[in-house]
Amino acid sequence: MEAPVTNSVRELDRIALKVRRNIVQMTGTAGSGHPGGSLSVVEILVSLYFAVMRYRHDAPCWPDRDRLILSKGHAAPALYAVLAEAGLLPADWLPTLRRLGSPLQGHPDCHRTPGVEISTGALGQGLSVANGLALALRLDGRPSKVYCVIGDGESDEGQVWEAAMLAAHYGLDNVVAILDYNKQQIDGWNREVMGLEPLADKWRAFGWRVVECDGHSFAALLDAFDRVGKEVGKPSVIVAHTTKGKGVSFMENSLEFHGKAPSPAQTQQALQELDAQLPAMEQSAQEGQ
Amino acid sequence: MMALARRRQGFELGLATREAYGKTLVALGHEDPRIVVLDADLSKSTMTRLFAEAFPERFFNVGIAEQNLAGTAAGLALGGKIPFMSTFAVFAPGRCFDQLRMSVAYSGTNVKVASSHAGLSVGEDGASHQAIEDIALMRALPGFVILVPADEVATEWAVREAANHVGPVYLRLGRAKAPKIYEPGTPFAIGRAVVLEDGQDVAILASGLMVSAALEAAEMCHQSGLSARVLDMHSVEPMDVEAVVKAAAETGALVTAEEHLLSGGVGSAVAQIVAERCPVPVEFVGIRNRYGESGKPQELLEKFGLTAAGICRAAERAVRRKAEGRGC
Repeated sequence: MEAPVTNSVRELDRIALKVRRNIVQMTGTAGSGHPGGSLSVVEILVSLYFAVMRYRHDAPCWPDRDRLILSKGHAAPALYAVLAEAGLLPADWLPTLRRLGSPLQGHPDCHRTPGVEISTGALGQGLSVANGLALALRLDGRPSKVYCVIGDGESDEGQVWEAAMLAAHYGLDNVVAILDYNKQQIDGWNREVMGLEPLADKWRAFGWRVVECDGHSFAALLDAFDRVGKEVGKPSVIVAHTTKGKGVSFMENSLEFHGKAPSPAQTQQALQELDAQLPAMEQSAQEGQ
Repeated sequence: MMALARRRQGFELGLATREAYGKTLVALGHEDPRIVVLDADLSKSTMTRLFAEAFPERFFNVGIAEQNLAGTAAGLALGGKIPFMSTFAVFAPGRCFDQLRMSVAYSGTNVKVASSHAGLSVGEDGASHQAIEDIALMRALPGFVILVPADEVATEWAVREAANHVGPVYLRLGRAKAPKIYEPGTPFAIGRAVVLEDGQDVAILASGLMVSAALEAAEMCHQSGLSARVLDMHSVEPMDVEAVVKAAAETGALVTAEEHLLSGGVGSAVAQIVAERCPVPVEFVGIRNRYGESGKPQELLEKFGLTAAGICRAAERAVRRKAEGRGC
């Protein structure tokens, strides 16, 4: 089977809900992990793995596949949940997150987990790697694109901007960065810790095509990916406005759940909230038809 | 016993190891289209400019941005290329240690870090540009092969071997012209020390520029009745454990010599092996817990005791400690 497999917003919403459930469940079972920044990146990753990236389920090393690098590696639970949903890794691995000997390490590990191109977790490194990959693909005349998901706190790292300069200098139009812009980092809101604004202007000044969108709307994301997909001569960044902890009321915009797992009681509450969203989702999908 | 190109009265100077690197890269570039090269605005000094001139489409200057240098190299490796990244050794590993750790060593990407201008022999630029800790840093990255070729012949082998080896490799190269030690065609191997001189009273384990100094020291020791074995520890990681143990067991007294801090360098690596397998007195020639400074390369080596005379004195101390039969 070759991806992408769907661009139905209704289907994508359902997949996102399942992914959110798994993120909550996984981190709750593990007792540690990063639920906040995992929940904010769900629609971005689901878009990529179901509606945007070209790859083959039966040939994970197909040389013309599109590549994803999760530079904000702490969102590993989201990546694992999406990979499981896409059939790229066994779903029964999910409850083993972070356990000794698990193929699902605390941060993405390219040796232990299928679908992980390079190990990440130490922030700021993924965009450089994406650029190198893009240069290699161009040398070989391959059409693949390299997608790199970065965080806002991560954008404090100078290396991100070194990579931004290089991508523009070399005209890497096969690089698409996606910023999961949830406005929070560990010690506070971005604006309190280290102000990033005017952020879109910064990317434009570095020579990138910038598209801003609602990072939780599949319609908006798919449109954004479509637009940047046509870009020639410069790299593109999708600045996706998101909410940390999206989908779980007591996690949304809460600094507490950057790197703390929900307790058993909180896990149950979160799952109930997510399950309660399903009927409303079905309803609006029906009305949309 | 190896055939050597040295003369007893002194060594003829050959190419600097960085020059031999630059030339060999071009030859490799012709042989293998997967070879790509990256630099951080120092290609005239690291000699990657030779490759850049020959293969402009396979050369990537990232500017003065060493973290990006390492990450981009890792990405090129993921894309099936064989990347050699170059800058001064103070900057790689110095500036991009985390990147070499996560994107290269931990991820196992096939990156070759060919760092130049290592040691005090950089000269007048001074402490900021004299890497005296690069081997210590690289030894702290499991997964990296570390090679310190002593002359142009050893360098040509090391560069080719780095390209053949699957996995991260660190090549320590120098600015100064290097004394010729080896005949072309000398067989080297990763994980195998070269026994340049046999000897029974003391063994001198040297690397890089100190190899020629060690050979001169052995000659000096011979004048005072000491028979000194000399080993070129060009393969720092993996190190030739059996050769070290054999030297310790058969001579009972060791000297290590390097253009590097004692903390964490070749001497430290030898000491770990000896302490574990065959405890004997070890004397260390290297830089003791301070930084370099401006000066002519030869003056600096003399000031810091990195000379044949310094090695010979260390050999005498080691032999004395052996005779006294006390470890401390």
